[in-house]
Amino acid sequence: MRTFHSFSMAFTALRRNPMRGALTALGIIIGVSSVITMMEVGNGSSESIQKSISSMGANVLLIIPGEQNSSGISFGSGTAKTLTPKDCEAIARECPAVRAAAPIVKARAQVVRGSRNWVPMAIVGTTLDYLTISDRENLMKGQPFTQRDILNGNRVCIIGKTVADKLFEQEDPVGKDIRIKNVSFKIVGELAPKGANMIGMDQDDIILAPWTTVNARVSATSLSDPNQSTDSETDVNTLSNLYPSTGPELYPPQVDAAGNSTGMQVRYATIDQIMVSAVTSEAIPQAIDQITNLLKDRHRITPGKENDFGIRDMTEMTKLLTSATSVMTNLLLCVAMISLLVGGVGIMNIMLVSVTERTREIGLRMAVGAKSRDILLQFLTESLVLCLLGGIVGIILGHGSAVLIAKMLKWPTAASPMVIIVAISVSVGIGVIFGYYPAWKASKLNPIEALRYE
Amino acid sequence: MKAVISINDICKDYMLGDTPVRVLKGVSMEVMSGELVALMGQSGSGKSTLMNILGCLDQPTSGEYLLDGDDVTKMNSDQMASIRNSKLGFVFQNFNLLPRTNAIENVAMPLIYTASHLSKHEARKRAKEMLIKFGLESRMHHVPSQLSGGQQQRVAIARALINNPPLLLADEPTGNLDTETSREVLEMFQEINQTQGTTILLVTHSDQVAESSRRVIHISDGHMLDGFYKKEEAS
Repeated sequence: MRTFHSFSMAFTALRRNPMRGALTALGIIIGVSSVITMMEVGNGSSESIQKSISSMGANVLLIIPGEQNSSGISFGSGTAKTLTPKDCEAIARECPAVRAAAPIVKARAQVVRGSRNWVPMAIVGTTLDYLTISDRENLMKGQPFTQRDILNGNRVCIIGKTVADKLFEQEDPVGKDIRIKNVSFKIVGELAPKGANMIGMDQDDIILAPWTTVNARVSATSLSDPNQSTDSETDVNTLSNLYPSTGPELYPPQVDAAGNSTGMQVRYATIDQIMVSAVTSEAIPQAIDQITNLLKDRHRITPGKENDFGIRDMTEMTKLLTSATSVMTNLLLCVAMISLLVGGVGIMNIMLVSVTERTREIGLRMAVGAKSRDILLQFLTESLVLCLLGGIVGIILGHGSAVLIAKMLKWPTAASPMVIIVAISVSVGIGVIFGYYPAWKASKLNPIEALRYE
Repeated sequence: MKAVISINDICKDYMLGDTPVRVLKGVSMEVMSGELVALMGQSGSGKSTLMNILGCLDQPTSGEYLLDGDDVTKMNSDQMASIRNSKLGFVFQNFNLLPRTNAIENVAMPLIYTASHLSKHEARKRAKEMLIKFGLESRMHHVPSQLSGGQQQRVAIARALINNPPLLLADEPTGNLDTETSREVLEMFQEINQTQGTTILLVTHSDQVAESSRRVIHISDGHMLDGFYKKEEAS
């Protein structure tokens, strides 16, 4: 018996009792459509959760220079000045898993405006990519600084809300000047407030400026001391230049090899950190591999030698992200399974009734030459067709209601072809699994008794 | 003359609880090709059991059965199914047509299970030809509930003959029909028997049916009563 025959026979048989067929398939329809709706709504919300978590920096990698040793005394990680702006450019250019890379030069200094002063948590010298990476492209006021500002080392800056509040109160800071370490900077923009980050650090207590400017004019004094953090901590007050708290270095620090090889001035040649964002949070391991290989190559680190840089990722945040998503998905899967199971039991019930009802037909078919395999196939095909039709209607209904939900309730939804494929194969599977027992029962009927059945 | 049915010492036991009950107690007979035979007997005489065995729906407990030269007793259920499809046509007392299915589909139904796998179009064509032959041209698209008893039985006969079987088995074919329609159906059997040479075995307890056949075999209490080869030549 050919497939076409069995399918057309199944359709004919189902057409004989369309109402019952529809009601039976309803179980599958409801099951599949609720799966589709929930999956699309779930995917949508988990996507938006992912988006907001990654805006908190889950995709972000931090590349820090390695440690520096002086006579066996380690200065801690990030003390060697091995990263160059060229490294940063190369990472952005050559690593496909990297969305953007920004150089970072950090300083901590007093900022003065008129009679007010404030020490922001961070004065960050960077490029425009920093705004992309930290998801702060939309400024509250003004414009970001330009590429030209970076090349020229112009004294412009963007300030965070906390800084603006401390120095300007109600005034509009854009266009005004502030002094950082006696260097005057023009404020070109104000960042949109973002609040504290995960460990409670105020992300609005920040000043952004071209990295060239910060390197040359703000953290310039720290160049003599590679351990910048110790230096900048004592450099809170401009008066410290008059009354230095640190004594002269007994042992001058190691000369930076990377800086020498480029032939550039040391202060331009190195940056403190590179901030990188991966294309997606899943691409982070890939991005780490690519960056490691690239930097090993650029820094001529032969196998066996220790890397002169380190990469930090936000593993904790990535974990949070994946666990939030997987819990949601598993929960939906459970509900889906239960509703489909109920639908499957409905199919089995009706198929059993149908077999009993059509005992005479089965007997007749056997009498005219149907083998038990033919009967098995006939009933299996029937339940399969029923489930498949139910599945298709369910997908249409489910997708429709997801679209409706998105429209009416403004919930984020995301359609995925994967879910549709899974739904189709699950309904086919249910058709086969729950249709098998009735079909098997039909095929095992005795034709004599079946023909006599009343 | 070739024997279409040749049975020898057929016995059939049924289990009634733990004790076997012998329903057929050694039946032997031969039916030649082209014969029209009536099988008569009281209810409980074992004629239905014999009919089931002859129709390859059941296996005898012991004995031999050659149908058109094939030994049926050595076959498995699948082989029996294909024998039923190619060599046998069944006509039932209660017609057994598929409900809510039109006459053409009913007649074409056995072709689904044939080995030759006719296309749907061809199967329908053959079914139409059969129906036209039996005078049901105007009823081809009617479902059984829209047909009279006689018409339903004619559709059933057309279905039984769609594969041109050498043997047609009819189990009380006129049991549900009035006298007039019964006569029509019996005439139809005679015509088929004469024009196509199809061997026909009618199971009945009506004398009207028995009269229309050339040979009557009586069965009682599991034995063939009128002996082997007793022929009643009709005219």
